Amino acid sequence: MTTTTPAVLPVRAQEEDQPVRRRRRGLSPGRALPASRLIGPALLLALWAAASAAGQLDPGAIPAPWTVLRTAGRLWSAGTLPTDILTSLERAAYGFTIGLAAGVVLALAAGLSRVGEALIDGTVNLNRAIPTLGLIPLFILWLGIGEAFKIAIIAIVVYVPIYLNTHSALSGIDSRFVELAEVQGLSRLRFVRQIVIPGALPGFFVGLRLGVTGSWLGLVVLEQINATSGLGYMMFQAQNYGQSDVILVGLLVYGIFGLVSDSAVRLIERRVLSWRRTLSS
Amino acid sequence: MAPHTEQLTRPAVQLRGLTRSFEGRTVLDGIDLDLPAGQFTALLGHSGSGKSTLLRAIAGLDHKVAGSGRLTAPEKVSVVFQDSRLLPWRRVLDNVLLGLNGADAERKGRAALAEVGLEGRERAWPSELSGGEAQRAALARSLVREPELLLADEPFGALDALTRIRMHALLRELWTRHQPSVLLVTHDVDEAIVLADRVLVLDSGRVGLDLAIERDARARGEYRGRLLAALGVTEGVG
Ligand SMILES: Nc1ncnc2c1ncn2[C@@H]1O[C@H](COP(=O)(O)OP(=O)(O)O)[C@@H](O)[C@H]1O
Ligand SMILES: [Mg+2]
Repeated sequence: MTTTTPAVLPVRAQEEDQPVRRRRRGLSPGRALPASRLIGPALLLALWAAASAAGQLDPGAIPAPWTVLRTAGRLWSAGTLPTDILTSLERAAYGFTIGLAAGVVLALAAGLSRVGEALIDGTVNLNRAIPTLGLIPLFILWLGIGEAFKIAIIAIVVYVPIYLNTHSALSGIDSRFVELAEVQGLSRLRFVRQIVIPGALPGFFVGLRLGVTGSWLGLVVLEQINATSGLGYMMFQAQNYGQSDVILVGLLVYGIFGLVSDSAVRLIERRVLSWRRTLSS
Repeated sequence: MAPHTEQLTRPAVQLRGLTRSFEGRTVLDGIDLDLPAGQFTALLGHSGSGKSTLLRAIAGLDHKVAGSGRLTAPEKVSVVFQDSRLLPWRRVLDNVLLGLNGADAERKGRAALAEVGLEGRERAWPSELSGGEAQRAALARSLVREPELLLADEPFGALDALTRIRMHALLRELWTRHQPSVLLVTHDVDEAIVLADRVLVLDSGRVGLDLAIERDARARGEYRGRLLAALGVTEGVG
């Protein structure tokens, strides 16, 4: 026999030790766990440590976490690790800064003027069609094997996604807001400053995050293939001498770079785009 | 309605032979129309009859639309859209101040928000407002510019019935206080009768009916019948 559910739920909900809220399946993912982004890596680390302690891993291939840490400490106090880190950071920072500036300036020029669009957009898309890492030999010929070519390659890897996302956000401005700006009598400058640019910021941040990831990717590849100094050089040397612990130190530092920079961008994004109420807020 | 009589001689909007067409299809077909200063006019018409096209022509928002005819409209025109069209990245007060200059702009903005009953919500984000509140903020944004002509394109179309009634009262009150000419586009016959002193029906690209409304409840039923007939709607008996 079927009975209809009595319509007394809200009343029932106010009985003793019943929550005052009616239960309803929430579709947003719920509140973020504290430091939730660290849970996965921590778990992986624990597994690695457990397997090493149990003697399940070949220490020559995958040394234990504590070995890696000890090696890191040794390299640090010997002064080579800080120098290598600094060299790598400097490359990434220069390349990223130049790429960021180029991406934003080109996107603004192409997004805000028809002439700029005609000159720039096709060119950038042509550039995008060529795998940037394939440009390495040419850039070495042009710029030599020093710092300049590395910075140039990183800058290219960074500027492309920043340009593409910012430009498409700039040119995808809602026509309703254009109409509003006309009605409110905004000058062209104010229209750009108060409507076009804020409206394009979400797209810019998508590009920025891709750019940050790209800068580390470019760095790792450049330093692995054409290393003469820096973290990649350290790892390259270690490979020759079979020092897997040193290689892992290098990977660890790269990983920290990536995690920290991505978190920083997310933090800035959350502050700047605080008007957005999304699932993750 | 005496207050505006001395202004009625100088039309705020003057249309002569206004024609607009999209891809060869004529939407406005030689409209002649005078809107006296300070008059509250409602524009009725079927969906697709060209109400928005006419309003956008008067607002000067139809740069790319083919057409001819003469049009004079005041310098200071404000538009209220069906969506509140608040910029989501600006707080409510900053939205009201959009495009406003001058030292006491902020004071005016706060006053306008207070006038529409949004005092205390100046720093809210648009996403935190209800539909009615957002539309009131949009109303404040257009009033703060002290327009001579207020154009509104189905401004209450997206609101629920109760909110709409409150918005009607608010709009009528604001109109009485600031006395702009108003052209309100709506598809709601009752809304037109309640709010306006004159109701136009747009039909086949022309003004099919031009009806003066006495602010006197007795004639309401008759107005309603005539407007519905002009719109080609026959009411069921009973
Ligand atoms: N930008 C446009 N391009 C092509 N046709 C349009 C455009 N805007 C409006 N129209 C057409 O003009 C007619 C009138 O539209 P509109 O003025 O929006 O009607 P209403 O506001 O009365 O519902 C409609 O048939 C519509 O399809
Ligand atoms: Mg319309």
